[in-house]
Formats: sequence, C-alpha cells, structure tokens
Amino acid sequence: MLTEVGTCPLLSVQPSRAQVDEKVQIVVMNLLPNQKVTLHSLHQSEDKDFWEAFGHYISDEYGTVTVAKDESLGGTYEGTEQMGLLWSMRPIPGSRPGLRLRKMNILTPIVIHISVYGGHLSQGFSQQTPLATSVTERWYVAPGVQRVNIRENGVRGTLFLPPGPGLYPGVLDLWGGGGGLVEYRSGLLASHGFASMALEYLGPEDLRTADVDVSYFEKAYQILQNHPKVQRDRMAMLGLSFGSAVTLSMAAYSKVIKPQCCVCISGSHVFPVDKSLFEVFEGMKKYIGRVQVNEENQVIHRNIILPIPSDPALKVDVGRIKCPLLLVNAGDDQNWASVESAEDMEMMMEKAGNRDLLTVLTYPGAGHLIEPPYSPHFRASNFILQGVKEKIVMLWGGQTKPHAYAQEDSWEKILAFLRKHLYFSSNFAVKAKL
Amino acid sequence: MYYFTAAFFNSKLRCVANLTILKQINRVDNLISLRSVSTQKRTCPLLSVQPVRGLLDEKFQIAVTNLPPNQKVTLHSLHQSDDKDFWEAFGHYVSDEHGSVTGFKDESLGGTYDGTEPMGLLWSMRPIPGSRHGLRIRKRDIFRPMEVRISVYNGHLSQGFSHQAPLATSVTERWYVAPGVKRVNIREKEIRGTLFLPPGSGPYPGVLDLWGGGGGLVEYRSALLASHGFASMALEYLAPEDLSLEDTDASYFEKAYQILNNHPMVKKDHLAVLGLSLGSAITLNMVSYSKVIKPQCCVCISGSHLMPVEKSLSELFELMKNHEDKLCVNEDNQVIYRNLILSLPCQSGKVDVGRIKCPLLLVNGDDDQNFPAVESAEDMAMMMDKAGNRHLLEILTYPDTGHLIEPPYSPHFRATKYKLQWTKERIVMLWGGQTKPHAYAQEDAWKKILAFLWQHLSAP
Repeated sequence: MLTEVGTCPLLSVQPSRAQVDEKVQIVVMNLLPNQKVTLHSLHQSEDKDFWEAFGHYISDEYGTVTVAKDESLGGTYEGTEQMGLLWSMRPIPGSRPGLRLRKMNILTPIVIHISVYGGHLSQGFSQQTPLATSVTERWYVAPGVQRVNIRENGVRGTLFLPPGPGLYPGVLDLWGGGGGLVEYRSGLLASHGFASMALEYLGPEDLRTADVDVSYFEKAYQILQNHPKVQRDRMAMLGLSFGSAVTLSMAAYSKVIKPQCCVCISGSHVFPVDKSLFEVFEGMKKYIGRVQVNEENQVIHRNIILPIPSDPALKVDVGRIKCPLLLVNAGDDQNWASVESAEDMEMMMEKAGNRDLLTVLTYPGAGHLIEPPYSPHFRASNFILQGVKEKIVMLWGGQTKPHAYAQEDSWEKILAFLRKHLYFSSNFAVKAKL
Repeated sequence: MYYFTAAFFNSKLRCVANLTILKQINRVDNLISLRSVSTQKRTCPLLSVQPVRGLLDEKFQIAVTNLPPNQKVTLHSLHQSDDKDFWEAFGHYVSDEHGSVTGFKDESLGGTYDGTEPMGLLWSMRPIPGSRHGLRIRKRDIFRPMEVRISVYNGHLSQGFSHQAPLATSVTERWYVAPGVKRVNIREKEIRGTLFLPPGSGPYPGVLDLWGGGGGLVEYRSALLASHGFASMALEYLAPEDLSLEDTDASYFEKAYQILNNHPMVKKDHLAVLGLSLGSAITLNMVSYSKVIKPQCCVCISGSHLMPVEKSLSELFELMKNHEDKLCVNEDNQVIYRNLILSLPCQSGKVDVGRIKCPLLLVNGDDDQNFPAVESAEDMAMMMDKAGNRHLLEILTYPDTGHLIEPPYSPHFRATKYKLQWTKERIVMLWGGQTKPHAYAQEDAWKKILAFLWQHLSAP
C-alpha cells in the first residue's frame, strides 16, 4: 500500500550525461518491497512536440528496480530492456501525426526527464506527481569535437573533427532523399575518432538537382581528403537510402573516389547516380506507377525498383567495386527493396569475382530508417517528395523492438567495420603482403 | 610523425567495441604474416574515455587500443583551472600483447601515480613545472564543467609534454552539477547563501553545508549533493563585505537553518548539517546548544570540539589571535595550525558533545596538520561515553590523509596559500597528507557520507 507520506525513492540515471550511443543504468531504490511503479521518460523535441515512453515494474524485496535486470511488465516496451525508455519513445497522445525525431542542433544535448510514478500508469502522467525525477542528457558530440562549416567550390557540408592533432581517417556521410544538411551521425562518428563530413546535396534552394552530378560528390570527397587533419589513404563513404545509391555509384565508377571501404544502409544499386540528380529523378519518374499507397494513405515506395531489372544500364555495376562493402538492410524495408537489391548485388559480384568484398547484414523486423542506437522507431512519417514537393506520409516499415535491436547491433558493426579498415588495417604499412 | 621500428602486427586483429562499459575484446581471426617494417606512417591508436562527460564523483574508464604490442606509452591529463593555472598528471604504461592499455586493469609503472589506479590521472594532478606556488583548485563557475584533456604519448615521458604531439587525445568533462539541478540565490535579511535543488518537484531532504575559515561562498559541494537528491544550501558566513564578524553568531546560523527548513521544496525536519574544518566546529556547537538547529544527523569533516564558537566569530578570532604564539612554522615556512587549537583553554571552551541528540559522523585524516581532528574525536568519544550518547557517534579516520577532505578525485594539496581571517595575513598553510592515501580517503569518505545522509534523511 503506497502511503502519502512515503519513503523517499532514490532514482539514479548513470551516466547523467551520455553519448547518444552509450547505455544508461537506471536504478530506483528505497521503494517499498513489491511496489508497483511506472518508469517514464519524457522529451520535448526541437519542434516542440513531446515524446514519451514508459514501463511497468514491480520492485524487489529490497524495494529496488534495476532496469537493466528487471522486466517491464507492459508499457511502450516489455521484458528486460535496459534502453527501452529511449528507443520505445513515441509522440504523446494528441500529438500531430507523422512525426519524426531528428536533432538538428547537435551542439546542445537531447534532454530527457526520467521519472518514477507510483502504480502502473499508461496515461495522464502530466497530471500525477512523480515519486522522483532525474534529468539526463544525451549528446551527439563528445567534448573537444570541432565543427567546421564547409562551403567550398559549390560544395556544402559540415566537417566534424575529433579532438587532438590528428591525422584522422575521413568518412563522407550521405543521408537520403529527405535532403538538407543532417549532422548528427557525423558528429557521432567524430566522437569515435573519424573526421566525418556530412554532405548536403539535396534541398537547399541554391543547389539545383541539375547541378549535382558525379563531380559534385568527387569535389566533396577531395575536400575531405585534402583537409590537413585527414589521412588521405584512409577514407570511407557511408550512405543511407539514396545516399547508398550515390555511394555505390561512386565506388564503382569514379576515378577520383577510391575509398578504403564503404557502408550502405537501406540502399540499392538500382538507378545509378552517373548523371545529374535531376536526370536520375527523371529516370525514376517512369516507374512511379509502381509506387503504392495503403489504406492509411501511407506511401509504399519499395516497388519502384521491383522487380530488380536485368538491364545493366539501370544498375550500378557493382562488379567494379574494389573495396570492402558493408550492406546494412532491414527485412521490413517498405521504402527501398534493399534486401532484394542486396541479393542481386551478391549475384553480380559473384559473377565478377569480387564477392569476397561484400558483407550483408539483414535485420528481420526492422524498417528503412536504421539510425544510431536508441533513437525511436518511426514506422511511417511525414515526408516531402523531392521531385514534386508534395507532402505525403512515407511508410518506412519495421516493428519497434526488432528495429531498436537492428539500430544497436548495426551501429556496433558499422563502427567495427570502419575501424577495421581505417584504423586497424595493416595495408598501409606494407606495400605487398608476403 | 612517429617512426615505429618495433615489429609490427603479427596477426590480423579484429576489434569489437562494446560501447557500454568498455570491453575491448581483441580476437585473433586470421593470421597474415607481415614483414617487420619500419614505417613512416604512424598507427592511429584509439583512445577512449567513458563516460566522456561525468559527474565529479563518477569513475571513468580509459582505454587505448591499436598500439603496437609491448609499447611504452604515457597517459597524460591536462587541465586549466579557473585561475588559468595548468595542472597535469601522468602514468607510464606498457601495452599488452594486443596493443592495448586499459586504465582500470593495467599498472602505471611510474609518473604522478603508480599501480592500478583507474582515476589516478585526476587525483594525482599537480601544477605543471614553473607554476606559481601554493596553488589549490577550487571551481567557482560550477555550471561549466572541469575540462580535462587526456592524451597518450609515445614512450615514457615525465616532462616536455607540450613539445610533443600526442598519439591521440580525448577531452573529458567533469561536472559538479547533474542536469536539471536548480540554483537559487539566498539573500534573506543578512543571510547569504546558495540553495541547490534536485530536479523534479520534491520535497527533498535538506543539507546545510558549511565550509571553513577560508570564507566566501563555496558552492561545489552543495551542487554535488543536489545531484544526489539533497536540497543543499551552501552558506556564506565569513568574509562577505557587508557581513561583520560581530554579527556572525549563533543566531546567524539558526536563521540560515530555518530558511532551509521552511523552504517549500525542502522536507521539513529532514535536515542534516555538514561542515568542514571551522564549519565542523560550528556544526558541533550548534547541534549541542541550539534550540533551533535540530537536524536528523550531522557530518563533521576535519573538525574539532575545542573551538568555542557559541559567541560571535569575532570573539573566536580574538581568542585565536591571543594564542598566535602557539602557531608553528616548519622549515618550508608552512604554518602548522593544529597546536594553536590544542592550546586553547579546554575547560571553558570545549563543546559539550554529551548534549548531542542526533547521529554524528566524524571524518578525519590522521595527518591533519591544521586541526587536531583525531585527538578531538578521541576526546569527544570519551565525553559521549560518559554522557551516555556514544552510540550516536561514528568516526572514520583515514591514515596519511590531510585536512582538506574534498569530493572524490580532486587533487591533493599538502600545503597552499591562505589568508588568515583575523589578521588578513597571507601565509602558506600546511594541510598534511600524502597524495595516494588522501585520494583514497576522499573517495571512500564521500561514499560513506552520502550513505549516512541517505540513511538518516530518507526515513518517512
């Protein structure tokens, strides 16, 4: 029986300031034994929307709840999920539909209020007084990481440099068809020792798609490679969604872009980027009839490249790729047929004899937007179609729990892959292997 | 640029990084033979410090990977204080057969600390060569973190760090205050202080936080206490311009206590008083005699019951002045204050600790050169034994520990510059202690102080 003059529960969240990909330990102590409590997280986004998650727990015989060990019996997540209060967040009831959570100003942290309430609540959190509250910060950038605006030669981006004198391996970081300049993944990569440049190639008013062609990406790559703190011969390209198509195209065809390795998340080799983006999008428009809309009026984009064409002109010739390639795909990707593309790529590379360069990670139950760990999952969200400037709701796919697992596991593997080829590889020390 | 002539990797290493608690597991996957090469290109060691933003009393894990095996390296820390002085610490390590150095497992073979000391790079910090004398680190702007640059250098260096390029650097932040902690200025009548409130709606147990004879308004310990769930008020009672020593008597502290107890976010009658040095003497006095100050428990760090503070502070300082001939000075011209206190007239001055009615925790260093804290504690135990309240007393005595027992991982200051309150004379005060035992005392005492406060303040 919880009394009004209760014990003083002690809620601790450690570390109180963490990097976005770091786990937190949430522990509540000094509750009554076998007490029903709800752990709750609350965050207000930059767009001013509120996001929350919650889990129902019962304290043990010492009056303690340890999120990393105990089971959530229900809520926005269940089971033993140390980070459930983060990855299962969703907009609070009454929010605008189709929201997505993205931090645009990464020099400030994500601030989350973690609270413990008496009883098993599923709503009305703002009307109740919590037993205890803790505020935790999650940062995309480590202290000492430098942010450098890149505006050179028509190329627009942001370079993040790790602290210290360098030299660092470079990563060219490409997001997808949503466009704009998205910095957070590069900030995080710099916090892991990579000089990472987020490239803007879609969306700004003074950068027309007709002007963005292979040479735009080559210039960007060279700006990064030539930077005094970047090691010229330790470069990678990392792309998500349309950024993957760019990455594959550059790795296969460019005489300038010769990275040590590439990572393609939720991408495809269909519709090569070997002309200007304007021409690529015009080429895609022919297949727009294949795009479907479901009963909730959500756009399912994946069929636009299905069936995978046999015409080589419509595909990047991945047999020409000479560096290790990691593909990270979601089993429930409703936006791009990335799993089918990966199968086709594997066949092409087998034929061409470079299959040993390829590693494919496929995550069942995950959706298209495989982001850094512990970000919430968005099965569908508002989107502006580039070519037509139309506002739609895009279906990304995935279920929350497997998607969260995919984000956590793939990030670890992406970092390990980048470290392997950019930090640990001994290819730089010897010209010829014995 | 670095030149490695040592044998390079003999096996291809695949490093899997677990980003939570740092476990660097190197697995030998395939074997590729490499020629031993002398290469112009240096390896990129990976240096990680986790968490990279920590509370002052949180531990961090430092790990270096991707070094050649059995390589001599130096881990180095650098900090520029609020006063613009530079402080540093360093440890000499040798990487293992996988090319890793792990701060919490490996031994420092020399430097400012040795042995397996995960936090040695913080607590063994000292001013860099050529600095001014008698320095002390005290954070004034506590809403900005203490920034420490951790670097790994090639070889075993003991100096000249600024002339070498490190192999890798990480910047770590040490925060005195957790996110969400609120700071409230207290200016009520003549009472001056700062109240720190934990996040959330409260109410919280309260702590009245008293520093020592150095005076001023010192906030960092209260901010840290608020980060642990206490509404803590740092009280200024010495040296503010408009507060005369004549007016600082028992009623000043009683008013401060009442402001705290009556605050809407403070749980009424769930209060503690925490003091250090002169603050401890005041605490013992108040809790023995005051009809107003009745906390649930008290903590006295490096204190003594031999100082009569029940009248105004000006009378206390007058008494000190009159006994100044008892002050000793050692060969380094450092003032040893403890004998002055021991020489004060005992019978009239001693606080009657037999009257104390709440649990009392004494935290002392046995090399305290400033206060005779250990002797006082022994005498207090005897008095309380006689009076029948000995069961309320708990004493922690730390060997080779000095007077300034601060929050964990703060550097140790054996002697620092000091301004005597009653004469305004600038001296160098000897605090005592040896660095490693003092660091241990700070870490252990803080844990026990928090547990003690929580135990006595969290009851319904």
